[in-house]
Amino acid sequence: MSAPAATAAWSAIRAIALNTFREAIRDRILYLLLVFALLLIGASRLLSMLTVGSEDKIIKDLGLSAISVFGVLTAVFVGVSIVFKEIEKRTVFTLLSCPVRRWHFIAGKYAGLLSVLGLIVVVMSGALCALLALRGEAFLPLLPAILLIFFELAMVTAFAILFSTLTNPMLAALWTFVAYVVGHLTWSLELLQARMPEGPGRVLCDVLYTVLPNLEWLNVRGEAVRGALPATEHLIGASAYGVCYALAVLVVACMVFERKEFI
Amino acid sequence: MSVMSPRPESSGSRAADPGSAAIRIRGLAKAFPGHLGIGRKVALPGLDLDVPSGEIFGLLGPNGAGKTTTLKLLLGLLRPDAGEIEVFGLPHTAAEARARLGFLPENPYFYDYLTAEEFLDFYGRLHGLDASERGDRVQRALRRVGMEGRGKTPLRQCSKGMVQRVGLAQAIQHDPQLVILDEPMSGLDPIGRRQVRDLIQELKAEGKTVFFSSHILQDAELLCDRIAILEKGSLRFSGALRELLPSQIRGFEVTLRGANLENLPAEHLWAGEEETTLLVADAVELERLLAECRSRELLVVSIWQRRESLEDLFLRELGQEPGGES
Ligand SMILES: Nc1ncnc2c1ncn2[C@@H]1O[C@H](COP(=O)(O)OP(=O)(O)OP(=O)(O)O)[C@@H](O)[C@H]1O
Ligand SMILES: [Mg+2]
Repeated sequence: MSAPAATAAWSAIRAIALNTFREAIRDRILYLLLVFALLLIGASRLLSMLTVGSEDKIIKDLGLSAISVFGVLTAVFVGVSIVFKEIEKRTVFTLLSCPVRRWHFIAGKYAGLLSVLGLIVVVMSGALCALLALRGEAFLPLLPAILLIFFELAMVTAFAILFSTLTNPMLAALWTFVAYVVGHLTWSLELLQARMPEGPGRVLCDVLYTVLPNLEWLNVRGEAVRGALPATEHLIGASAYGVCYALAVLVVACMVFERKEFI
Repeated sequence: MSVMSPRPESSGSRAADPGSAAIRIRGLAKAFPGHLGIGRKVALPGLDLDVPSGEIFGLLGPNGAGKTTTLKLLLGLLRPDAGEIEVFGLPHTAAEARARLGFLPENPYFYDYLTAEEFLDFYGRLHGLDASERGDRVQRALRRVGMEGRGKTPLRQCSKGMVQRVGLAQAIQHDPQLVILDEPMSGLDPIGRRQVRDLIQELKAEGKTVFFSSHILQDAELLCDRIAILEKGSLRFSGALRELLPSQIRGFEVTLRGANLENLPAEHLWAGEEETTLLVADAVELERLLAECRSRELLVVSIWQRRESLEDLFLRELGQEPGGES
């Protein structure tokens, strides 16, 4: 790409991302955060009344799970609708009549949603860390786990956008959930493969294990709750995996969208 | 300076020589597949069309003629089955071609969570306009479509006509050489229609090319240098309006009142209790009729020139069927 073309691509993607971000903010998605904070505070109160000793662990566990669940729900439900809505309401007609390439559109939508998710994760993590700090607990060991949650969300969002270029939001949401669940079960293929005899079954296992998303690799919440840090190689490897996988899915989404007709 | 709209001389690409075609369409074909091959619908069997630079061109035709399909193909929203489209000598999908056009779709809808200004600013960005120019251009475009001072209105609160105007502002704010409008007058009140007509004429005065589709033949007749009439995807008629509608008078309708209205030297069109309307072919016959009126002491209520309107032409061209050809 020539320099002016790259500048043009960048400014188009940024404009679309900004608009997507604005839409999400004005759609009051972030009220979810308020719900989250209240829930967390309420639950921690309740737990500190009920249990003795291990409530900090419970708060950490609950907090991280909540960040992950809220993030995934936002990624799926917003992700499947943002592209579809533009097609359905035909705003994409004028948008694509500008000197904007179709992949700029997908990239911009993705970047916009990812910024929303980033904001959500930051705010929710902030609330969780503040709560822990008030209780005199160390929250630093949670940060690697939170970073990997964000990369997991990046992968889920990419799937949501891919499926939304292929089908309607209902089905796209369903497929994205399937991808999410499968992603958390892929690790079992490794075990299965080890027990399989040589042959096509084993090859199939191998292929599936390589191709399917492995979201469990990005889950270090157990260690974080115990106060342990993941190995640096694991952190870097898992992050790189998340980014590359998300990009690969996004490239497929761009290819699908490139071929799309707007009737 | 805009990075997205290199002038032909600076980009080194093929320049659009003046007077050449702004849009050149050859053998453009499109069919909609239908479900599982059933209900396949040929929207355009093979269209050739040239829109000269600097003119106002009206794409006319009844519902379902293929106007929107043609425009969507032109903008790359649909892929042609066959044929080619050039915009200022460039392939229509080229970013340089896109940078030089503005588009308003049929029944537009825009992001309702934005205000008119925010929306136009977003499109300014998409056209690669600098932050410094965007503000001015937004205001100028709003002024040109009669939305001055209403830029802070959320699009959610805009009426259909206001949305249409904001859409028009979007199509012209980056100063494109070619403005493509799908049904620009629909949804507008008479004042709005007038404003849009004036705007289209201003664009022409600035040397822009305007290509629009419409059902409203009166507007097309007032505006267009050239028209094309599509029917079932085929070009029924195309040419300069001046040549298509010779300005000569095609007779006079004369309405008279009086007692003795029998055997006047003219064709009777309509007769009422006290008045009757007659048709004469030309000025000589008119003079003869009027002389007769004076001698019979009839009152001349009105004299009306008959010209061929675009509507007459349209109905004549399309009225030859039903089902006549094919
Ligand atoms: N998505 C589609 N699937 C099947 N056929 C279609 C589709 N869109 C348009 N058509 C057909 O293509 C033909 C041309 O439609 P088009 O929308 O271009 O007409 P138009 O001239 O814009 O009409 P109008 O004046 O009503 O806007 C019509 O016969 C229509 O039935
Ligand atoms: Mg139409």
